[in-house]
Amino acid sequence: MNVSLILIVLLIGALATFLSGDKFAAKVALFFSLAALGCTTLLVNHYLGGIDISLNNPWLKQPNVSFALKADGLALAMVLLTVSLTPIIILSSFGNNFNKSKNFYALLLFMAFAMTGTFLAADGLLYYIFWELSLLPIYFIALVWGNGEVEERKKAVVKFFIYTLAGSLFMLVAFAYLYTKAGSFMLSDLTKLKLTSTEQFWIFLAFFLAYAIKIPIIPFHTWQAKVYQKAPTVGTMLLSGIMLKMGLYSVIRWQIPIAPLAAKTYMPTLIGLSIAGVIYGSIVALRQKDLKKLLAYSSLAHVGLIAAGCYTLTVDGISGAVSQMIAHGFVIVGLFFAAEVLFRRFESNKIADLGGIRSQAPKFTSMFMILVLASVALPGTFNFIGEFTVLYSLSQVNIWFAVLGGTTIILGAYYMLKMFQNVMLGETNTKVFADVSLNETIVFVILIAFLLFYGLHPKPIVDLVNPSVKEILTQINR
Amino acid sequence: MENSLVLLLLLTPCVGFLFNVFFGKKVGKSISGAIGTIAVAISFGMSLYFFLQLNSNGKPLSVTLFDWIQIGKLKVDFGILLDQLSLLWLLFVTGIGFLIHLYSINYMHEDENMHKFFAYLNLFIFFMITLVVGSNLLVMFIGWEGVGLCSYLLIGFWHKNQEYNDAAKKAFIMNRIGDLGFLIGIFILANLFSTLNFVEMKQALANGNTSAAFLGIAALCLFIGACGKSAQLPLYTWLPDAMAGPTPVSALIHAATMVTAGIFMITRMNFLFDLSPEVQNIIAIVGATTALVAASIGLLQNDIKKVLAYSTVSQLGLMFLALGLGAYNVAVFHVITHAFFKACLFLGSGSVIHALHGEQDMRKMGGLRKAMPITFATMLISTLAIAGIFPFAGFWSKDEILMVAFEHNKVLWVIGSIASIMTAFYMFRLMYLTFFRHFRGTEEQKHHLHESPSLITLPLIILAALATVGGLINLPGSNWLNHFLEPILAGKHEEHALGNQEYMLMGIALAGAIIGIVWAYTKYIKQGFVPRQDSEIVGFYKTIYNKYYVDEIYTVVIIKPINSLSNFFRTTLEPALGNVVYGFGTVANGLSNQGKKLQSGSIGLYLFAFVIGVLAIVSYLFLAQ
Repeated sequence: MNVSLILIVLLIGALATFLSGDKFAAKVALFFSLAALGCTTLLVNHYLGGIDISLNNPWLKQPNVSFALKADGLALAMVLLTVSLTPIIILSSFGNNFNKSKNFYALLLFMAFAMTGTFLAADGLLYYIFWELSLLPIYFIALVWGNGEVEERKKAVVKFFIYTLAGSLFMLVAFAYLYTKAGSFMLSDLTKLKLTSTEQFWIFLAFFLAYAIKIPIIPFHTWQAKVYQKAPTVGTMLLSGIMLKMGLYSVIRWQIPIAPLAAKTYMPTLIGLSIAGVIYGSIVALRQKDLKKLLAYSSLAHVGLIAAGCYTLTVDGISGAVSQMIAHGFVIVGLFFAAEVLFRRFESNKIADLGGIRSQAPKFTSMFMILVLASVALPGTFNFIGEFTVLYSLSQVNIWFAVLGGTTIILGAYYMLKMFQNVMLGETNTKVFADVSLNETIVFVILIAFLLFYGLHPKPIVDLVNPSVKEILTQINR
Repeated sequence: MENSLVLLLLLTPCVGFLFNVFFGKKVGKSISGAIGTIAVAISFGMSLYFFLQLNSNGKPLSVTLFDWIQIGKLKVDFGILLDQLSLLWLLFVTGIGFLIHLYSINYMHEDENMHKFFAYLNLFIFFMITLVVGSNLLVMFIGWEGVGLCSYLLIGFWHKNQEYNDAAKKAFIMNRIGDLGFLIGIFILANLFSTLNFVEMKQALANGNTSAAFLGIAALCLFIGACGKSAQLPLYTWLPDAMAGPTPVSALIHAATMVTAGIFMITRMNFLFDLSPEVQNIIAIVGATTALVAASIGLLQNDIKKVLAYSTVSQLGLMFLALGLGAYNVAVFHVITHAFFKACLFLGSGSVIHALHGEQDMRKMGGLRKAMPITFATMLISTLAIAGIFPFAGFWSKDEILMVAFEHNKVLWVIGSIASIMTAFYMFRLMYLTFFRHFRGTEEQKHHLHESPSLITLPLIILAALATVGGLINLPGSNWLNHFLEPILAGKHEEHALGNQEYMLMGIALAGAIIGIVWAYTKYIKQGFVPRQDSEIVGFYKTIYNKYYVDEIYTVVIIKPINSLSNFFRTTLEPALGNVVYGFGTVANGLSNQGKKLQSGSIGLYLFAFVIGVLAIVSYLFLAQ
């Protein structure tokens, strides 16, 4: 048994969902996403038991491409994130009625498939294919099922598509160049290459463009807020919860190991840029009028800190970054779901239209509040573990990085509490707001339970990730 | 056995919280209140048990509940340390906590969300216990942030009022400024020692070999954290606003317990601060200044709770003054006596506010002592205590602070003494305006004036009794508290044999307090002065009445610029950056055509074909293996 099983289950799931018809599509998709989660759990157990679950098959002779999937702790953590969030995201959409829902849910599973592939791929070209594949479903999801006026939405989504595609083309060029040197796309071969520092610089830069747009790191973030706002919430969840982690993960998996010299040389600049994103994102978030856009900028701030952690090139920094990726994935999905719950009732995400909801919906208020607190990294939540670890490792690089990055705990509290106050508190709203349904409650409870459990007991995740990170760092420090 | 008792101590309030969250509404107000109160009573019982045990065998108890975080060499477990310091704090936190829960059963009975109130109060007690018993800085930090959260929830308890919500938000954010300092301090210490455990850090420091500069910075950072939580300059402005919360909250969180967390933390880390004399000087100066500034603002406030709030800030300042002079035991002494009389004063003011149906303006009170004799008597005792009148509790603890200040630095002593005279003045001003002369409220209020029921007066009586005799724990001569804390503050505590100088200082302090009282008596009883309406206050009085405009200055200097920057980014910079990308976009137009083609085709068919293809390849590879 190997990790391709997860891919097969997701792909069959996409197909089955498409064939099952609009009526059952959501349930079929949920079933297959859960099956994928089951398989992944099983495989992770195998992996922890010392069984090799990687896969390496030749695929094409000319060019030399392998269908190679590498399943180490780092990759598995990201796959777990993907296949855990997918069923939650599907479940969260049960309150929506999508046109042609079979297409919608098939695309959703297909996207999970492509993202899982991206996390697992150990061959550069295969990785590139998965990377680009994942762009297609989200493009359609945002375009066809999105919110707001069609023209405006189209503009935002097409911009996003082209922008990210253009960025990744640089990565393709880098891979092509590396292929001429190594004669293969295999990660293990590419990391063995002895590249000059000039070569490393250009390759690093090419990767950086692809990743900086995807993550996004400022000033490459301009596609983000609009797309988050215009995409249906499910799409926004996929983007913010999982997809942007593809960029962060790739930094650790591909960019740093292939061009370690460049990474070391430009480390302070990269950390500085990432932290600038933390502060910039936080400040822009302060005055947003739209809840989803505010959350988009909060996300920009958070991933900035994660990127800074990745670029510390220390075990703690990277492992903390991975923790924070997972924590952020769960919390941002929860927060966007809260936005969706509000939208279902008031048909608006404009902050000015909301407010005075607390007394009408105590359950929703409590759960939303907990997510807000997790997002500002209150100790006891998994977000605190991630943020603390990253900031601590930044303090080891330079204490000022920790101080500047640490402003997120002040600014984050400022914009999140301000948002919460305007959205939820105040004189009771004249419009009726029904408290959360059972289905909505389940989604919130799962997300919150996860964040609280691993907040007190982060060991399983850290132990899964740490050995792989150590391996990567030993490799680059050779 | 010990372990489970520790868990009982820690978790009972948490269970009470969960119970009231999930079942509080169903079981009704009385049961919900009773459960919350009993939960705290159990914690108090356990604290007492461990305290007595420690008192007899002198051995601190240390328990590791579970491993929490491991980052490289830094290993942090969820450890609990029950030693002299934590047990002392536990006793008064849970003890006063219990009394205030009891008080709240009646006080909050009219509120439709009473179960939530008790849930939050229990949660607060849980986090406060965590803060106090943690065996390392990070567990303390859990409690530290947790009590901040509860403070936020309880200040904004009446969430329909956006002003209250603003106050809650302000408290949380200002605390977080301090928390960043705390965190940075933690990072520096973790980098130096690879541990955050108090005992281990103390040992490592005793072994030497650490850079004094780093220690100093770490101490300064921790002190910034303490400034946030304990409302010291310049981070104090949230505390007076925090009075928006229900009065029991002001008594418990914003007077007796949570705001003393900064003092607790610095006392906990005394071995670090002792090595950083510069930081100690800063602490002493900040403390003395805060004491004076807050006391001067208190002179002119007309809201009964605001007076008490500024008085709290001022008293906390005095405690920091003691900390800065290395007299940790004296600071702790004052924390405890202050907890007694300030809790009593707040609860008493709550009783008054209750009787007047929510009126907090002292200009509309007066003459209440006949209608509310118990409230009056208990508040009078506490006022005598805070003013430093012999032999009430505050006399002894404040006196020791002033003595220590006198020995170290005469200027600090003068500042502390002036603050004390002001304290005596504004506290008696409060008493005279509230309880003496004639009633200035409406006729209707006058008809309904009544003494509060026994659930409210009982805690008042107990606290007043403690405010009377609380000084006994550290009377000069016996110095029980100093000896008790000796293992924590090994060999460094200040002790005063009573010589001529001490008697003289006591005399001066007492004379000062009496001057303050007489001054207030002359103005508010003899001359019958009633503070003017807001619009009639002019000149320097107006500046003081408006708290030196500190809030306004913060708004202009910090809040407004950040918000303008945010607006600039949002409306100008963001679109500009976007347009740059569009510039590149025109170059990449060819690619966009391809994108559009994808969109015009039938998605379903496209996907179908694609999936089949990939599926075939993957299955082949999978089976081939």
